[in-house]
Amino acid sequence: MAYAIEMLNITKDFPGIRANDNVTLKIKEQTVHALLGENGAGKSTLMSILFGLYQPTSGTIKVRGKEVVISDPNIATELGIGMVHQHFKLIDCFTVTENIILGLEPKKFGMIDIKKAAERVKELSELYGLNVDPYAKIQDISVGMQQRVEILKMLYRNAEILIFDEPTAVLTPQEIHELMNIMRGLIKEGKTILLITHKLKEIKEVADECTVLRKGKYIGTIDVKETDEKQMAEMMVGREVSFAVEKGECHPGKPVLEIKDLTVMNVKKLPAVKNLNLTVRAGEIVGLAGIDGNGQTELVYALTGLAKAHGGTILLKGQDITHMPIKKRLDLGMSHVPEDRHKHGLVLDFALKDNFIIHCYNRPPFSEHGVLKPKAIDEYADKLIEQFDVRSGQGKETITRSMSGGNQQKAIIAREIDRSTDLLVVVQPTRGLDVGAIEYIHTRIVEERDKGKAILLVSFELDEILNLSDRIAVIHDGEITGLVWRKDTDENELGLMMAGSLKKMEAL
Amino acid sequence: MKKHNPLVISLIAVVIGLLFAFGLVAITGRNPFDLLTALVRSMTGFNMQKPDAGINPMFVLNWFKYSVPMILTGLSVAFAYRTGLFNIGGEGQFIVGGTAAAFVALCVDLPPIIHPIACLLAAAAAGAVWGFLPGLLKAYRGINEVVICIMLNYSAMYICNMLTRGLLPIDPNTNARTISIPDSAVLKQVTTATASQFNWGFLAAIVGLVIFWFIIEKTTFGFSLKATGFNKEAARFAGMKVERNIILSMMISGAFCGVAGALLVLGEYKYGRIYTGFDNYGFDGISIALVGAANAVGVFFAGMLFSLLKSASGNLQIFQIPSEIAELVQAIIIYLVAIQYAIILVLDKIDFKGFKKKREPKSIEGGDA
Repeated sequence: MAYAIEMLNITKDFPGIRANDNVTLKIKEQTVHALLGENGAGKSTLMSILFGLYQPTSGTIKVRGKEVVISDPNIATELGIGMVHQHFKLIDCFTVTENIILGLEPKKFGMIDIKKAAERVKELSELYGLNVDPYAKIQDISVGMQQRVEILKMLYRNAEILIFDEPTAVLTPQEIHELMNIMRGLIKEGKTILLITHKLKEIKEVADECTVLRKGKYIGTIDVKETDEKQMAEMMVGREVSFAVEKGECHPGKPVLEIKDLTVMNVKKLPAVKNLNLTVRAGEIVGLAGIDGNGQTELVYALTGLAKAHGGTILLKGQDITHMPIKKRLDLGMSHVPEDRHKHGLVLDFALKDNFIIHCYNRPPFSEHGVLKPKAIDEYADKLIEQFDVRSGQGKETITRSMSGGNQQKAIIAREIDRSTDLLVVVQPTRGLDVGAIEYIHTRIVEERDKGKAILLVSFELDEILNLSDRIAVIHDGEITGLVWRKDTDENELGLMMAGSLKKMEAL
Repeated sequence: MKKHNPLVISLIAVVIGLLFAFGLVAITGRNPFDLLTALVRSMTGFNMQKPDAGINPMFVLNWFKYSVPMILTGLSVAFAYRTGLFNIGGEGQFIVGGTAAAFVALCVDLPPIIHPIACLLAAAAAGAVWGFLPGLLKAYRGINEVVICIMLNYSAMYICNMLTRGLLPIDPNTNARTISIPDSAVLKQVTTATASQFNWGFLAAIVGLVIFWFIIEKTTFGFSLKATGFNKEAARFAGMKVERNIILSMMISGAFCGVAGALLVLGEYKYGRIYTGFDNYGFDGISIALVGAANAVGVFFAGMLFSLLKSASGNLQIFQIPSEIAELVQAIIIYLVAIQYAIILVLDKIDFKGFKKKREPKSIEGGDA
């Protein structure tokens, strides 16, 4: 079979670092080829070279067998290479069609011929089963739909080779499923897909071949059908990875967090959490399973003080914290790894070291009499960076925005765990992270449990809940529909409870 | 992405702005050397075309005199900016500050030295109140501070004029100002050797610079203000009092402008003013904060630069160069700083000579590159 793209012996040096070291990537026509690697393995650099954003230091690129020099993204577009970026580049207040034709507007008497464009968009959308309304405004459509607009943008420009950069990071499970179907459809119609990801499941599901990079180096290309997830993970991280978290028996102690008859309203003033009861004891991990949007966010907001409770009480170590200000709750002994790390977890424009002290900046040793102590702050940052292996360009001085998602999350985990409080509320701790980072974070959470902390884990990923929890509570429509011991349950049972069709209250 | 020091960008903008001015002067058929002469004279008091005349320090002191309120309004805007706010209400805060100072000067009897200090404190408080209003509305009602600030600029002018006319003794000769303030409240000239009105009020600018730097860079208070400015939700999540921080930021910002307004009343006019329009010091503060990259050192130099251009207007006319040239230079500098991304691109181009493509990476994966 002919190759759509061959990137041969590509090396790319940046000042002080070799981002790609003799990497070879060959993509067969009409296949889905996955590019797998941890955060920082050099995937994006390689793609930027293919897309003409960088020039390789050495190596050659062939498109459909012909050697080419891609010095500019426009040349890449001419060669039929299109990229669906992880963060969409769409204008919210424009319609789908307007976004798609941007830069290539069809004209009629000097005016934009929207009708003609919309017809073409519709045609393409039907051909590939994308189901996009050409006249809908971007701000009104779902994230999954927006991604399809990005795909249409490429197809409108006659792209033959589509690069998907971490396409599922922003999607719900259903949308992921749809995307996989769309990819298969594209292949059937003669396109070639390069899928950049670190999610093994997706590779297994949709890809034909997979090239693995590690620390900028080419590790190998494998046939996906003949390789299992474990092998791929090992190639990616360079060591054996355990998907199952090793943990011993749990020894629950006194109740730390007690939620009694809690009711919380959502932003629309409708009850999102209804008379909810839940207890988390010292030394155990309680997993809160449930489909996104069943009241988890509101529950966590009420616990941490970001939203008001409308009824019921919350006790922390026996003290009523239902109406306590955030600061007091934190001081009393609560840590929180928030769901949205960019919105709540970090001040992205601060240096890493400043994010470490965001709770405790006004306390010795970080400040005295209202004056910051830079030396203590620096030492503390160095300590956390070393202990939790937070990697970044300029160490503690790095602007947090420029760090990778995995390392940002590690920074938050480091900060919250190091505060060493009795209760740890962890929400979606590993969203968007690669297996190496997930393994690490899971291990740390279990370690905290073994130190006698009470941990409430909220996650939409059932695997994570099953891996970590000692007890599992299931939330459905704002109510606890199940409370079971981890060892007595399985995925199917939890699934039924998450859907609200089974109630089971055993593990009280 | 390679970090470029924002002050370097400003410096490049300044140089380009000046070069442009020289070009413009040449195109209009005048001698660009005259422009240089005028600028050097405003800066040093030395007239290059009459080297025998010696140095006239009046020009230098006039430059310094203009710089004092400009540095303060620059600090005001920079303070708000660093804490995520845009204070375009400098004019209003400037006017209420000047009026409050006039009230204390005319209605309270205090000994020298203490009297002007009391006036300045009153001005700072008045400016803070004028910053408090938009801060309050922003914090609790989410109303954009820009809109409120602009409206309050006009409110300040008319309310202050009404209060001044109604409550203070008006000078019967002109009917356009109050009587002179008592000598005890006047900020004295630093030196009477020249005619320049440069007065001890400059100490307020120095104190302002130190306070700004100390709060923003050194204190926990500044830390929490900055955190609020960069990411309100994360600050709230960390237990900071976000609403209080927004209000305090606007109040401190307003206080800087209030003091600037008072310095003019106490040191230059020496009477309570009835405002017929804005002095533009508050608006100048926006440019100064922008060019000075919103930090204390930058604001100091940007303030010195813009006041030089202001004080050079007179000298330019002596050399038959339209004083609008000075304003043009200002405008070009502001434009260039505002489109600083263009300068960054050019700098990158120079850095990576030999490469055709200089587009910045979105992020080299992981950022740990």
